[in-house]
Amino acid sequence: MTQPRLRAEHAELRYDDRVIAADLDVAIPDGGFTAVIGPNGCGKSTLLRALARLLKPQRGQVLLDGRAIHARPAKEVARTLGLLPQSSTAPAGITVAGLVARGRFPHQGLFRQWSEEDERVVAESLAATRTADLADRPVDELSGGQRQRVWLAMALAQRTPLLLLDEPTTYLDIAHQIDVLELCAELHGAQGRTLVAVLHDLNHAARYATHLIAMREGAVVAEGAPAEVVTEQLVEEVFGLPCRVIDDPETGTPLVVPRRGAGQRSPCGSAA
Amino acid sequence: MSITSGTGKPLRAGRFSLLVRPRTVVVCTALLLAAAAVGVVALGTGEYRLTPGQVLATLAGGGPPGASFVVTELRLPRIATGLLVGAAFAASGGIFQSLARNPLASPDIIGFTAGSAGGALLVIVVLGGGAVGVPLGAVLGGVVAALLVHGLARRGVGGAGGRLVLTGIGVTAVLGALNSYLLTRASFAEAQQALLWLTGSLDGRGWSNALPVAAVLVAVLPAVVLTSRRMALAEMGEDAAVALGVNTARTRLWLSAAGVLLAAVATSAAGPIPFVALAAPQLARRLTRSPEPGIGTAAAMGAALTAGADWLADGRVLPGTPLPVGVLTAALGGGYLLWLLVRERRAGRT
Repeated sequence: MTQPRLRAEHAELRYDDRVIAADLDVAIPDGGFTAVIGPNGCGKSTLLRALARLLKPQRGQVLLDGRAIHARPAKEVARTLGLLPQSSTAPAGITVAGLVARGRFPHQGLFRQWSEEDERVVAESLAATRTADLADRPVDELSGGQRQRVWLAMALAQRTPLLLLDEPTTYLDIAHQIDVLELCAELHGAQGRTLVAVLHDLNHAARYATHLIAMREGAVVAEGAPAEVVTEQLVEEVFGLPCRVIDDPETGTPLVVPRRGAGQRSPCGSAA
Repeated sequence: MSITSGTGKPLRAGRFSLLVRPRTVVVCTALLLAAAAVGVVALGTGEYRLTPGQVLATLAGGGPPGASFVVTELRLPRIATGLLVGAAFAASGGIFQSLARNPLASPDIIGFTAGSAGGALLVIVVLGGGAVGVPLGAVLGGVVAALLVHGLARRGVGGAGGRLVLTGIGVTAVLGALNSYLLTRASFAEAQQALLWLTGSLDGRGWSNALPVAAVLVAVLPAVVLTSRRMALAEMGEDAAVALGVNTARTRLWLSAAGVLLAAVATSAAGPIPFVALAAPQLARRLTRSPEPGIGTAAAMGAALTAGADWLADGRVLPGTPLPVGVLTAALGGGYLLWLLVRERRAGRT
């Protein structure tokens, strides 16, 4: 059996003195759409940051194609692994096309600054995210939903087989959340990319992802297909939320319905 | 317009391609021409007046009899120092503003120039000055202040850019107090020499001042310009830059070293000429309207500004006694900063 391309082995993740996760073992299924879920402060974004080499494990390691990700040249990794960060600053005055074009950086060099392929990939990325008609507009002027699609287009222009998304739907209204998730599902389905997203909404995760990783207090509590992971018992255990799980009438995926009067009894609140 | 890079026009030959932004090229060329024009006019200004045509003829080896001595021996070293020092200050300012993602992060605000001043003052007051000692003290003082600011700003977490600026302002205040104390310890002659140096002056600068700055510029500036794409990506934030394959730690280290070196050598040559490092990169960026930090354009702007300010300040053009160039750049730079703040406030960006 071949190893998955991206995995974390016995990773201890910490910010200075604060240990977020003591010993994480995670394997990202190739070609899947993996969603990392869990209550606030459970370490899901930290895990994603480690997978994206933004955070170096204190012990253990993150492996990309069998080699320690932190030891590999930054540009080489950027041709395999893309990331949509939680927050980025668009430079003042940059146009949509200009921002998306920056996604080509890992493929460029001093004497290869703008190839025909760069041009074609940027055009395709704009088209795939339905932002082509915004190409000449300044990014500052866009709405939140448009902006998120543009950042996604930039990550797409990187043309990486693996793409990590850190809370891609935060700050978006429900229509734009679904818009972004549909787009992710499309990228995963039609283009066969491996996606990993940190998602807050369990129902979104269950509906769009093919593989769920449920975390609590820095450890993986459950892993597997949404139908196996999203159960009344597990949601109560992980989120401390009494609920019913029914079939989504639209897709048949698990749908979490909180019980009447179910208050916040987060098992993980202290770590938040 | 078809889909483009969004930043420029590609020039291709086989597998090779370059990205050229016409507006940046035009602005940069215009600024270089302006700097050259200021230099030529300044070379002809003084008690012995020459037309720009005569200056050019003199530089080419001809010109009126006796002009060669005045132009190339008396005036050229000072004007060349002004151009080079302006370019170095501006490049340094552009680098730190980009690194900190904060337009206030220029070496004169964040303490490096105060450190250089302290180093030079120590040499003047304690060691009795010296043509080699003062510039050397300035370079060392600048480097020490830079290490101090970086070390202090690194501790703890928080917005890196804002932290660097605030730490730098704190260090500037402490060093300012130290410098004032040193002045009170000095003899009258030492204090006069020190004060003139502290204001930033090009008076009496010769080739020994110009050459070190020229050497550092030639060694560092092209490499910094080649790093400008990485700088642009780093401005989007640590996460985005790493995701795009920028080794941010290495990029920052190299750029910081280059910026400190540029500021230190410029300060050692002409004293802490204020506000060039702060204003020139911002002015250049507003002219190019480029989303990328144009360090080359900033350097051209700094050269034109400093040489122009010196030409205006030394009393041959404006009425009044000669002024050190620092007085004029401080007045212009302060005004510029106020205008910037008022304008950004109107645009609702403060």
